[in-house]
Amino acid sequence: MSGAAIAAKPAKKKATGRPSSFRLLINNTLAATGLVVLTLIILIALAAPLLPLADPDVTAPANRLQPIFSPDHVLGTDALGRDILSRLIWGTRVSLAVGISATLIAAFFGSLIGLVAGYVGGRTDNLLMRGIDMVMAFPYILLALAIVAALGPGLINALYAIAVVNIPFFARNIRGITIGLSRREFVDAARLSGKSHVNILFGEILPNVLPVIIITMSTTIGWMILETAGLSFLGLGAQPPQADLGSMLGEGRKILFTSPHVSIIPGLMIFVLVMSINLFGDGVRDVLDPRLKSGALSRPVARTAVKRTDVPEAPAEQDAVLDVKALRTEFEIGGDIYKAVGGVDLKLRQGECLGVIGESGSGKSVTAMSIMGLVPTPPGRIAGGAAWLEHEDLFALSDERIRQLRGSAVSHVFQDPLSTLHPLYTVGYQLTEAIMAHQAMSHAHATEKAAKLLELVRIPNPAERLKAYPHELSGGMRQRVCIAMALANDAKVIIADEPTTALDVTVQAQILSLMNTLQDETNTATLFITHDFGVVSAICDRIAVMYAGRIVETGTTEEILANPAHPYTRKLIDCVPVLGEPGRRLDAIEGRPPVVNRLPAGCAFADRCPYVQADCRSGEIPLTELGRDRAVRCIHPLTGEGPNV
Amino acid sequence: MAAYIAKRLLAAIPVLLGLSIIVFLIMAMIPGDPATAILGSYATPENVEKLNRDLGLDKSLPQQYLIWLGNLLQGDFGRSYALNRPVLDEVLERFSATLILAGTSLVLCSVLGLLAGVVSAVRQYGWTDKIVTVLVLIGISLPSFWLGLLLILAFAVKIRLFPASGMFAIYGGGDLPDLLYHLFLPAVTLAVVATGVIARLTRTAMLEVLRQDYIRTARAKGLKERHVIYRHAFKAALVSVIPVIGIQAGFVLGGAVYIETVFQWPGIGSMLVNAISTRDLLLVQGGVLVVAGAYVLFNLAADVVQTILDPRLR
Repeated sequence: MSGAAIAAKPAKKKATGRPSSFRLLINNTLAATGLVVLTLIILIALAAPLLPLADPDVTAPANRLQPIFSPDHVLGTDALGRDILSRLIWGTRVSLAVGISATLIAAFFGSLIGLVAGYVGGRTDNLLMRGIDMVMAFPYILLALAIVAALGPGLINALYAIAVVNIPFFARNIRGITIGLSRREFVDAARLSGKSHVNILFGEILPNVLPVIIITMSTTIGWMILETAGLSFLGLGAQPPQADLGSMLGEGRKILFTSPHVSIIPGLMIFVLVMSINLFGDGVRDVLDPRLKSGALSRPVARTAVKRTDVPEAPAEQDAVLDVKALRTEFEIGGDIYKAVGGVDLKLRQGECLGVIGESGSGKSVTAMSIMGLVPTPPGRIAGGAAWLEHEDLFALSDERIRQLRGSAVSHVFQDPLSTLHPLYTVGYQLTEAIMAHQAMSHAHATEKAAKLLELVRIPNPAERLKAYPHELSGGMRQRVCIAMALANDAKVIIADEPTTALDVTVQAQILSLMNTLQDETNTATLFITHDFGVVSAICDRIAVMYAGRIVETGTTEEILANPAHPYTRKLIDCVPVLGEPGRRLDAIEGRPPVVNRLPAGCAFADRCPYVQADCRSGEIPLTELGRDRAVRCIHPLTGEGPNV
Repeated sequence: MAAYIAKRLLAAIPVLLGLSIIVFLIMAMIPGDPATAILGSYATPENVEKLNRDLGLDKSLPQQYLIWLGNLLQGDFGRSYALNRPVLDEVLERFSATLILAGTSLVLCSVLGLLAGVVSAVRQYGWTDKIVTVLVLIGISLPSFWLGLLLILAFAVKIRLFPASGMFAIYGGGDLPDLLYHLFLPAVTLAVVATGVIARLTRTAMLEVLRQDYIRTARAKGLKERHVIYRHAFKAALVSVIPVIGIQAGFVLGGAVYIETVFQWPGIGSMLVNAISTRDLLLVQGGVLVVAGAYVLFNLAADVVQTILDPRLR
């Protein structure tokens, strides 16, 4: 079998990248155990004629019901004096053969139906799938019973019945994949090259569908063995003198109280057989399921792990509401460490709006999410630095203290308001919940406050809107609700992570002006993450430009817009279209940002920089002060007084 | 909501018709002369002729189906030859016993499965998760009929905690405590496999949901983690697990065939097995139809519950 063939290959350890399929399978102890046990059972069953076993069908009434470990019969004898060990091995042969045959029949017809339905589509598809739905509308084993009832009890009839009720699983899975495949280019190409439909279906599509057929087989074969054994147990499958594991169990049941071993042994065998198949099948499926490979199904915990190797000293005097020092955030994926944030300093003063700007992958969002521990762990962790909210180091606080601060002292507005609001709760519920998490008040009072908040963010008819579900609101309305939620507990700091990116341009402008007004009204400090200089210039007092996990330039919005010092900032500004200047060239920045697990020496932007010089590619480029609140990480800045080189 | 339920009920009609066609076709599959097959080779010619007339076998297949369907709709499921009573009476009587067993099992497996799945997801890779994962793997690989025998040996023979069989005590039983006493072992046995399946899917659904943006929002709001898990994540996971519970109803109803045989529960499953052995095909037909119909309604109920939970489906 294929599993054994794979097992022959040596398990080579790869240096990088994802582990190989085989390694994943063998590292999965359960799957490997399943494979070993299953192989053993199959080998013994195949070798049955060669083994020195008693004849399974020879009765010996004088020797009936011998207990386990009798001298001549290791597993004892049954009610007719037949050797149980021999019957067990021969019965396993029958059960395996029946289970595998049923699986092959179901796979063949199910896949055929699925392929045809998916490829032909239209009315054929409709008709076939309605038929499949009908079969699935029966409780699983009941249809098999009806078929056995009609055909009459017997092992072959039971086999057919079990195969028929399993056809839908194959048909459905295969149809889904086939539909996707038949719209792909290679199928179009085959069609244009004049290949017949049959040729395309079996030559082009079938090879691509095969893995799915194998997965479905590996997940259904266990059931099929179980269910055929069940029919035999009920006396509807194997008929004497023929015996499979199920019928042995059924016969033993009559003498359960006096000689339990006669029924316990075959049952145990069914269990071990099915369990080993299921373990192996699960392993196969997990390996072929790419989501599991990358570890994406890991559950993020409530707060980002903090494993700091360095903790900066607290500043002597606190002039900022939020003071981030030397923040480093890393992701550990498949043994590689991605330094998403590589030492970032930020200062946010009361009532101020600080824009953090950069391309996707620059680490700006991770910086923002690190502050309140909202970076998913696994795989993320805070590896160094500190963030002081007034006098508290946020990375040193208890989980409970962080929970108290989240949504009260520091609140968040996220990017896509459709996915960030809970789809199953009303706007009112989600708002009152946010209020009541931090303020002791009655539900009625909180609802009243929620309506006031909606009014504050200029949502008309707030009392009505509280009853709405997120999907019933427009994108702009939803983001207003998110902003209202962020204002619910008089936050000192609002962290807004690309709050306008998912919105239409006109709605963007409305949300920006709303945030601007609210900022003036409430005197809250805002950390505003965006990739768009147009947005920054509309709302931010100061700007920090990020590239490859570090800040490359800071300054007031006016200064940076007028005189960008870093070539990267210059390029970003040039990306913004300006109304009334249709002739202006829009520069895209050539190249891609470096991958943060292998940063080059020197300036990370060097490879894309039009002004790059030899000395840019070595050493550590420091962030150099250009004046009050103004600094750049460049040894050849574009304007202003450059550092001495 | 009422309009939605009415719509779903209407949509169930073609499914029920489809079920009846399949059952009808299976019975038409019987090789040889159906009347002789049903009555056995020792049947008197008069009986064969009467049955042929009863079944309308002189007419075309579609005609036969329509006549048969018409009879079904009037509550005429035919007569059981072995029991000599109307099929419907017997089936309904037996089905009520099955409903008690399967219903209890379904409640058990839903509660236990959801609980195990949530705990397992929340403690991903922890000891609880590992134990639940192994138990689930064992559960879905266990032949339920064998498990039933083991439980009888353990709890009815070794320690005489529960009765080995039946629905009520022969003398002096018949009240609710007596029923529960008899119900415990079969209901638990029947629930094991479905519990495993539900636990497994709940775990996956929870892990999927916990990665969603709205869970991050809930945490960013400063909600207690317990609130995040049970209010925000669990409700969303439940929406995707409910249809699975509907499907499990089918496995539980089907699995009842084994469990009722093992525990001699007087339900429709053991009736079907006996009826197949005695070739009482009209009884088989009636039983299969009623159980399949009930399963369609179960799934409809699951759909309605899902719609109540998820406003986007309305």
